[in-house]
Amino acid sequence: MSVLRFILKKEFRQIFRDKTILAMMLVMPTVQLIILPLAMNFDVKNVNLAVVDNDHSTWSQQLIHKIGSSGYFRIVAAAPSFRQALEYIEREQADVVLEIPPGFERNLVREGEQHVGVSVDAINGTKAALGGSYLMAVIADFNRHIRLNERGKKAPGMGVNINITYSNWYNPLAEYRFYVVPAVMVLLLTLIAGFLSALNIVREKEMGTIEQINVTPIKKWQFILGKLIPFWIMGLVVFTLALTVEWVVYGIWPVGSFVLLYLFAAVYLVAMLGFGLLVSTYTDNQLQAMFVAFFFVMIFMLMSGLFTAVDSMPGWAQDIAFLTPVTHFVKVVRMVVLKGSGFADVQREFLFLVIFAVVLNSWAIWNYRKTS
Amino acid sequence: MNDKVIICEELTKRFGDFIAVNHISFDVRKGEIFGFLGANGAGKTTAMRILCGLSFPTSGKATVAGFDVYKQQESIKKNIGYMSQKFSLYENLTVVENIEFFGGVYGLSSAEIRRRSDRLVNKLGLTQEARKLVRSLPLGWKQKLAFSVAIFHDPQIVFLDEPTGGVDPITRRQFWDMIYEAAATGITVFVTTHYMDEAEYCNRITVMVDGKVEALDTPGNLKARYQAASMDEVFYQLARGAKRSAD
Repeated sequence: MSVLRFILKKEFRQIFRDKTILAMMLVMPTVQLIILPLAMNFDVKNVNLAVVDNDHSTWSQQLIHKIGSSGYFRIVAAAPSFRQALEYIEREQADVVLEIPPGFERNLVREGEQHVGVSVDAINGTKAALGGSYLMAVIADFNRHIRLNERGKKAPGMGVNINITYSNWYNPLAEYRFYVVPAVMVLLLTLIAGFLSALNIVREKEMGTIEQINVTPIKKWQFILGKLIPFWIMGLVVFTLALTVEWVVYGIWPVGSFVLLYLFAAVYLVAMLGFGLLVSTYTDNQLQAMFVAFFFVMIFMLMSGLFTAVDSMPGWAQDIAFLTPVTHFVKVVRMVVLKGSGFADVQREFLFLVIFAVVLNSWAIWNYRKTS
Repeated sequence: MNDKVIICEELTKRFGDFIAVNHISFDVRKGEIFGFLGANGAGKTTAMRILCGLSFPTSGKATVAGFDVYKQQESIKKNIGYMSQKFSLYENLTVVENIEFFGGVYGLSSAEIRRRSDRLVNKLGLTQEARKLVRSLPLGWKQKLAFSVAIFHDPQIVFLDEPTGGVDPITRRQFWDMIYEAAATGITVFVTTHYMDEAEYCNRITVMVDGKVEALDTPGNLKARYQAASMDEVFYQLARGAKRSAD
């Protein structure tokens, strides 16, 4: 045990001596938590709409007015023709073009049916898709009102409406930050644990100091624990800092238990540190380690459900997502912070994280060779 | 059992087609300063790394301090000190912190470390620099410190891989004084070098050429056998036929 104590002493001395890394560990969580949730806002507002009204009737004006007052659209132009409206899209001044054909009002009254054209700039996929569907929703609503007014008395059957009343549980205002902030916390721990541990050991390889270690009777587990424990503690400090920022800046106070959150953070850190150690045993220099770690962390991040829902991925992608520790941790942090889930609800995720921690670390210890 | 601390028989190391160490045999007696000479790429470092338990041999037999190099590397490591070609103390730790760390890793107690460390710092004349980062020391001092750390835990054998590379002549001389001092306390010194004047300081030397041991004797006997005035000439005669180019 005393050997481990000497190793830890040395590791902590080195960490505290590297002021840049230390500052990064403290600045990164604060800055990321303040900036990212504001930027990562998927609520689409201010969709720029160019309107081509070929009808110039009361109803077409009503429709345009209704769209303009919905709060999601900014009518940037009223173009005389579709071709001219399209130029607004080409110049990136408009995202969506709504074309109302001539005879819009007349056809609606006579035939009870009329098509309108909606063209969407799909370069910004999210904005296009959401902008398009918002527009459909507004038009559908408009449509319903016309039908009600028209046929309300004559044909009651046609006027039956199902109104959906819905509420957002656990995030009543459906605010994106509640969804994103816990995820950014996960991102932070992943970066600290995954990268710093990998780079730290590889640096010893680069400096040649690892050889001096390998020629001592140090045990493999002593060396690995010596690397793991300091970053594990730093990770928990960062986690605490992140929770504080979350509360001070966003007013998010976990609904569930802190003990549960810390328990998961602790196990998750061990898993990700194991990942970092593993990377370091397969690489020879910091550049390689950075590249390999980055490759995996990117996949972990993008597939974890941090940004997009895992449930809506194709089956094979869900399988991959399932095999990254990040996925399980993101899920649990959201459940505990927003919903107040207890241990019973997240047992399965806990088991997965423990498996990841055990497998990755055993693999790292196995692959670390004192004699080559 | 006997006074041979290193026994090497037909030791070989291959990297693919390349035979870095080719069936070398020799033994080293307790307390002796054993020089390992050879051009760059002759296989000195590879042989030394095997003996230190850092690398597996391909074939042949070897024991160090009575332990087998195939199976008992960790026992070997308890009994040896090692100073690599590349300076490998922690540059971002101070002199005292480096000493403390390596002492601790070899299982010395804190009190023991403190006592020896004070004595060592005094001896090296590093009292002023004891709390400075190793990074800031001049190379000569770094090498002396690295050697002192390598023998800090009183190993039976210390392996030095080109310890005086890039060091000025005065410091080199002082360094060899330290080696003699260590040998006088009973530590066996196994040292590689390509400075031929240093070869003269060794009790016995081995000359390696292209992975093979070409000669093994005392400097005096070697000079007599090759009718040479200095070790420089002996080495030149032996290494002239080397096929491997210097790296």
